[in-house]
Amino acid sequence: MNEQSNIAASTREPVAFNAALAEPFNVLIVGVGGQGVIMVSKVLASLAQAHGFEVKQSEVHGMAKRGGTVFSHVRFGPKVWSPTIAKGEADVLIALEWAEGLRWLPHLRRDTGVFICDTKRIVPPFACRSRRPGAPMRYSTETAEQVSAYVSEAYAIDATRMAEELGNDRAANVVLLGALSTVLEFSLPEWERTVTSFVPKKTIAVNTAAFELGRNWIAEAKTAPPSDMPARSAPTQTNYTPRLEITDAWCKSCEICVKLCPEHCLELDADRIAKLVAPEKCTGCRLCEWLCPDFAIRVHLDAEQPALEAAR
Amino acid sequence: MHTPWQAATAPLREPKELRPLTGNEAIARAAWEAGVRVAAAYPGTPSTEILENLATYPVEDLHAQWSTNEKVALDVAIGASFAGSRSLCAMKHVGLNVAADAFMTLTYIGVNGGLVLVVCDDPGIHSSQNEQDSRYYAKLATIPVLEPSDAQEAYEFTKLAYEISEQFDTPVMVRSTTRLSHTRSTVSVGERCEVPARVFLEQPSKNVMIPAHARGRHVAVLQREDKLKDYLATAAITSWENGDSSFGIITAGTCYPYVREVLPNATVLKLGASWPLPETLLRDFCASVERVFVVEELEPIIEKEIASLGIKVEGKRFFPRAGEFSPEVVRAGFVQAGLLPAPPSLNAWVPEPVVRPPVLCAGCPHTSSYMAVRASGARVAGDIGCYTLAVLDPLRGIDTCVAMGSSIGNAVGMAKAGETKPIVATIGDSTFLHAGIPALIDAVYNQADIAVLLLDNHITAMTGGQEHPGTGKTLRGEPAPRVDYEALIRACGVQWVRTIDSYDLAGTHQALREAIAYRGVAVLISNRPCVLDPIKIKGPPLEVKTSECTACQSCMNLGCPALTWSDEWFEGRHRVKIDPALCIGCTLCAQVCTIDCIKIATPAVTS
Repeated sequence: MNEQSNIAASTREPVAFNAALAEPFNVLIVGVGGQGVIMVSKVLASLAQAHGFEVKQSEVHGMAKRGGTVFSHVRFGPKVWSPTIAKGEADVLIALEWAEGLRWLPHLRRDTGVFICDTKRIVPPFACRSRRPGAPMRYSTETAEQVSAYVSEAYAIDATRMAEELGNDRAANVVLLGALSTVLEFSLPEWERTVTSFVPKKTIAVNTAAFELGRNWIAEAKTAPPSDMPARSAPTQTNYTPRLEITDAWCKSCEICVKLCPEHCLELDADRIAKLVAPEKCTGCRLCEWLCPDFAIRVHLDAEQPALEAAR
Repeated sequence: MHTPWQAATAPLREPKELRPLTGNEAIARAAWEAGVRVAAAYPGTPSTEILENLATYPVEDLHAQWSTNEKVALDVAIGASFAGSRSLCAMKHVGLNVAADAFMTLTYIGVNGGLVLVVCDDPGIHSSQNEQDSRYYAKLATIPVLEPSDAQEAYEFTKLAYEISEQFDTPVMVRSTTRLSHTRSTVSVGERCEVPARVFLEQPSKNVMIPAHARGRHVAVLQREDKLKDYLATAAITSWENGDSSFGIITAGTCYPYVREVLPNATVLKLGASWPLPETLLRDFCASVERVFVVEELEPIIEKEIASLGIKVEGKRFFPRAGEFSPEVVRAGFVQAGLLPAPPSLNAWVPEPVVRPPVLCAGCPHTSSYMAVRASGARVAGDIGCYTLAVLDPLRGIDTCVAMGSSIGNAVGMAKAGETKPIVATIGDSTFLHAGIPALIDAVYNQADIAVLLLDNHITAMTGGQEHPGTGKTLRGEPAPRVDYEALIRACGVQWVRTIDSYDLAGTHQALREAIAYRGVAVLISNRPCVLDPIKIKGPPLEVKTSECTACQSCMNLGCPALTWSDEWFEGRHRVKIDPALCIGCTLCAQVCTIDCIKIATPAVTS
């Protein structure tokens, strides 16, 4: 599936900051723990420092290893005070994951900001929590049009897939560095030298290829007409009312259903027989039916779609 | 012209070479250069990297160690100071609560070899249980607290702290924050200077705090504070920067760059130390401008002190007392004070938020422990560690969490107060060694009816995988004796002790049921290593036979990040799938699968 697109192409030249950079240049790099956000920011900071700029690189990574959101602020210029970038003042936003890119979009300058985002979707477990039938995945639903209306220049690039095709999906961040290299006016040899100094020796070849891939992709996107990301299939909404049929005579009070019901909607009654005490919480997931060793519970999904139930 | 980055510890190629260092790396570098011989800490975000960095300097230069807790770490540093060496103790803000007992008497004793306490606060509570302001501790102990504003100052102030410590016979606190500790900027570094070792001073009136000695030392401490005030009034770390004279700003530490960011031309008094405060200088500065603002993160310590001098000063009226500062927060304060025009509205488009809290890793051994805990229906006293994340959906297995080691004491209290549910305390291995053992002895001694689940994952995981006395390795990775938990727990008087493997879900359920049924203190040890540290574990991934999946969501109740919804549906619910790159093959999902459709993936899938 090819999802990449230059949401709003531009033909402008790389930012020329060598002579004229009076204010700090702000790059925000975001993603999910383990994707290589910090590596991207180190490469950029190292380049800017070698150029003689003052550099501040700030990140909060206490929870990064555990799949949380990770972000790194890189600011460089003749003089940099604050280590963090104020909302609406990032010149470039590099996102290694789609929803993270959207989360930080308000940090980008609306008039001149450049948005470079991997289309990689990392769906957090929280997005798949609802056990109710027809529940949608709680993941970003924003369309490319909404993004393109918000920013002046944006690229959605399939960096992870491109890296996978090179044989190493961990090089996705270097694909994005290649894309970033078209925005900032450091020379190509400088970029390549710096990137290779931050990757393991045996992956230099694949990372160099990844860098070129990202760089060339942007160059092509700038001349190609804008395309759009394909729409995703929406979940079909279904409505059931779950109903439990408990055969009291077969229940032996083992409490397995009570203990393992994820909604805690079952209890043993005074006769120690399982009873549905909170029917409003029951999602009809059938876990109790599957787990009951005595077949004492049947879950019926009384429904606006009886065909499904009949088909079982 | 391009030179690759140098590690903090690499040999210098030129004097005063510029190195990109985080605040923590700069502090470690400065301590090494200052001739520190002994450094000790217990890991705690955001301070952890200070000791990790110190351990990369030559072993013949200094001894760096993980201690079992912050109080022990400070006592080790005090011991080294007694013996005449420069020493360092690093901790996060709440660590100082643990070390406070030794800390409050250390101030009376003073130092022989210079002693610096690095305390890293966490404004904004990125990874902590509160956002207390450690500067109050410096005020309470009547010692100086230096507040660097960037990595260069973190380096310079730490070196200076040793000089102040020895010159004024005082421990010195260097206060960092998460933002400073984890921001990288260039630092001009130097070489290590070997400080001549002092000899132990046989001076009981100063080193042995009995009441008769302490009374005299308290007076000495107060006199020391007066001398420090004079010193700080003219010290190079205090700077008066003239600009627009209609108003002046007094600030310190990481607030200074924010002030400069939003008001580049303001008149600023930048205090290098936020305690003790030089009164005359403050009076002079305030008299030179029409309006005075104090910009300080968290508590109004400087502001209150200036107000107590009878000077009209503004601060917390405009700048919040809670949360981390940023250029936005400081700008908003000055806008409200009428000194800056309101910024144009951003007309921000707010995308639909995606909730992405940190989660337990795929294959985390805590997952199954909390599946068992949750099914037990017990009241659960939690503790500090990765497993605190089990409070969130779907595990929802923790009812309380206070501080390091609190779980067992909290459980005793609940049991004695007549809580009707069975009571389980859950505590990690590193946390148990830190502050859990006295509480366990308390539980046995007071015959509480509780079950303790000791979650031994063989590492201090939450802070990024640090060694501790139960791992068999030191901070530098050398072999070390290893705590035998069963023997230790039995020696505390616990009769019911059993070790299980939490990857055996049914066995864990059963063992926990028995532990809860036991009248008295029962300790169940889950013995299963962390999947990230010290070795990243990756077994063959599992896969879902999608056509068989009944979408019951039983496996989704683990909250495993490798499990997600597929695009296929069954009875209106998503069938699940497994991300082979994330799955480590722990088999927990296969164990809970109601129709047994999760199997080892076919060999074609590798990563």
